Amino acid sequence: MKLEGYTPSMRESIERVVASRPARLHVDYPMLSPAEKQEILRKFHPDYIPEGMRELRVGPNKGGRTPNELADLLEGHSRLSSVELDLEKIDLDTDVLIIGGGGAGSAAALLAREYGAKVLIVTKLRHGDANTMMAQGGIQAADKENDSPVQHYLDVIGGGHFTNDPDLVEALVRDAPEVILWLESLGCMFDKHPDGTLVTIHGGGTSRKRMHSARDYSGAEIMRTLRDEVRSYPEDITVIEFAPAIELLMDDKGQVAGAVLLNLETEEHYVVRAKQTIIATGGSGRLHYMGYACTNHYGATGDGLVMAYRVGARLAFIDTMQYHPTGAAFPEQIIGLLVTEKVRGLGAQVLNVHGEQFVFPRETRDVESSAIIREVKERGNGVKTPSGFEGVWLDSPMIDILHGPGTVEKELPAMVRQFRRFGVDIVRDPILVYPTLHYQNGGIAIRPDCTTDIPGLLVAGEASGGVHGRNRLMGNSLLDVCVFGRRAGRTAGQRFREVQLGKLTLAHVEAWERELAQAGIETEVQSPLLLPDYTRHGR
Amino acid sequence: MAELEMIPIYIMGKRYIVPNTLTIMGALEYAGYKLIRGVGCRAAFCGACSTVYRLEGDPKLYIGLACGTLVQPGMYLTQIPFYPAERAQYRLHELEPTFATLVRLYPQVLKCLGCGTCTKSCPQDLKVKDYMAAAMRGDIARVADLSFDCIMCGMCVSRCPAEEAQPNIAILCRRLYGKYLAPRAQHLAQRVAEIEAGRYDEELAKIKATPEAELRHMYNTRDIEPE
Repeated sequence: MKLEGYTPSMRESIERVVASRPARLHVDYPMLSPAEKQEILRKFHPDYIPEGMRELRVGPNKGGRTPNELADLLEGHSRLSSVELDLEKIDLDTDVLIIGGGGAGSAAALLAREYGAKVLIVTKLRHGDANTMMAQGGIQAADKENDSPVQHYLDVIGGGHFTNDPDLVEALVRDAPEVILWLESLGCMFDKHPDGTLVTIHGGGTSRKRMHSARDYSGAEIMRTLRDEVRSYPEDITVIEFAPAIELLMDDKGQVAGAVLLNLETEEHYVVRAKQTIIATGGSGRLHYMGYACTNHYGATGDGLVMAYRVGARLAFIDTMQYHPTGAAFPEQIIGLLVTEKVRGLGAQVLNVHGEQFVFPRETRDVESSAIIREVKERGNGVKTPSGFEGVWLDSPMIDILHGPGTVEKELPAMVRQFRRFGVDIVRDPILVYPTLHYQNGGIAIRPDCTTDIPGLLVAGEASGGVHGRNRLMGNSLLDVCVFGRRAGRTAGQRFREVQLGKLTLAHVEAWERELAQAGIETEVQSPLLLPDYTRHGR
Repeated sequence: MAELEMIPIYIMGKRYIVPNTLTIMGALEYAGYKLIRGVGCRAAFCGACSTVYRLEGDPKLYIGLACGTLVQPGMYLTQIPFYPAERAQYRLHELEPTFATLVRLYPQVLKCLGCGTCTKSCPQDLKVKDYMAAAMRGDIARVADLSFDCIMCGMCVSRCPAEEAQPNIAILCRRLYGKYLAPRAQHLAQRVAEIEAGRYDEELAKIKATPEAELRHMYNTRDIEPE
């Protein structure tokens, strides 16, 4: 197929965008008032669609509102229901088991190692196949003169609608500068001015310019640096790829004591015994809540939530997902992929089919998304694509006008390349966008040291819940994976020596199956899901 | 936009008919492959889905990412999900950012032929040959800059007649640059020291204890740094 870029009717709309540009160049649409924000969220945010969620019938969150797709998995059968396993035969014995090889898991491994632990990272795909790798915009930290951790705290808790766990927010903002310093010491190439001052810009909901970036490969730069550092200590950190955990193991004292792995290629099971187990499995965008396309990597299927729920860990804020305001809406091959918030951070405005602004470009993500959904669905001011999808314009050419020619190429190389592959030039033309499923705001409830209610089980990163409340600010998830990955690794590293494990057991899985039966749940679902099925026959 | 058509492609030599609107990755899945290898972020950041392909009637071999390349009629394709590039063992904090370090860890740097096959094979369109030339001069900063957008797919390694490990040489240079050569962020180290000295302890305790109504007021009336 020949790539022809925007259609003639889309071009007509782009002409209106170009025509309105000079007048609005330095004039952003005003921010909504607090009352207007609440109303637009209630009416248009996907979290508020009643049919999208249901109450859980079993487990620690029984009665809690949960997205249907996740509830089906949480209430599923174990993948070990019909498997005979000999738990006396330990395949791998380690001090610290880390489930998930993304940013949080890698950071945890490095810290646990510093405390003298032997670490095993197990990951479903390759080490580094994670949402961390895909984060583009940046990472927040209050390290400038006019900023402070207190100011950061205020932005985070306001952005989360005052629902966040204050202790977790404090941990996030307090550790943030140290995390940037740590990454710098590991050789992360953050964008800097010639004198070494870090380049920082605004993100949605920030009151200070505190988003640090590495071009628009911020997450990739952090992930590949952490991965390379992990690979520098093969005597202490072992990584097993293509071997997801499918169930946690407990011991007869009620502690989490490792996990059962599945080798995806040979379908063998491995029994792993560990004194401390860290879940760092990330989010669940590949469950496509509410039918939304997503920005997430292929393995983001919420496996950690399912496994933790079965040992009795409580979930927090699991009824709230983040829809990123600017997912690609054209061309159809990349619908739903992330268009980084950095585009708006650099000044690009959001416009309807008539080339008019209808929202402040840097509202928090939930509000910005709701405004776009309203503009398209209620007001009918969307731009139609040949595949029937609709979106609004993100006026990327403004960036070179505001900051000088070449800025888009320099600051957003991944975006330029992504669209160029499909025949769209974002330097010259605006980008068509629509909200896309991006982030799991909640997860397994943790304390600031990443421990949970279950002994031996720690959680870090997107799999955890509480730090972001009901809405995460941009730049706080790369921060989250580093802050809490490090904290989890430190806690595990400090604790493993004192742990005396008992006899391994899967009694909790048997109990779970009984609980399902007692609740009258009849389902053929086996979980965790591990991978989505995108084959034609599987859809 | 072109009309939807069904077209033939050859997955590892086997013929399938797929819609022409799909990426290679979409076509593999349409054909029925549930992917485990050769798939990752699906957004051109992770380097998992490198694909080598040829078109009917054209002897040239092309390289693209399965997630970022449209199918074409008569495309013969195979995925290269892994390539065994050498990675030297080192600990960054024990290194010096010098040419001698590069040559010690990757002696084959000096054997680069400058043929440019690497540049031609890069799905990110990076100037791989140029950064290898910079590596041969010991210009670590230049390697770091030119290689920055590397997704470490390994396709340059697969085509290199000198058996270089370009992505691994590149990440070593980026880390050496980031740690030793880039100017330090003084304000950052200073803020970390302030936090460790307890400068914000009291204020943080205070804001954590602030009742929600007052916190809302503080949030809604906070001053916002101008653009």
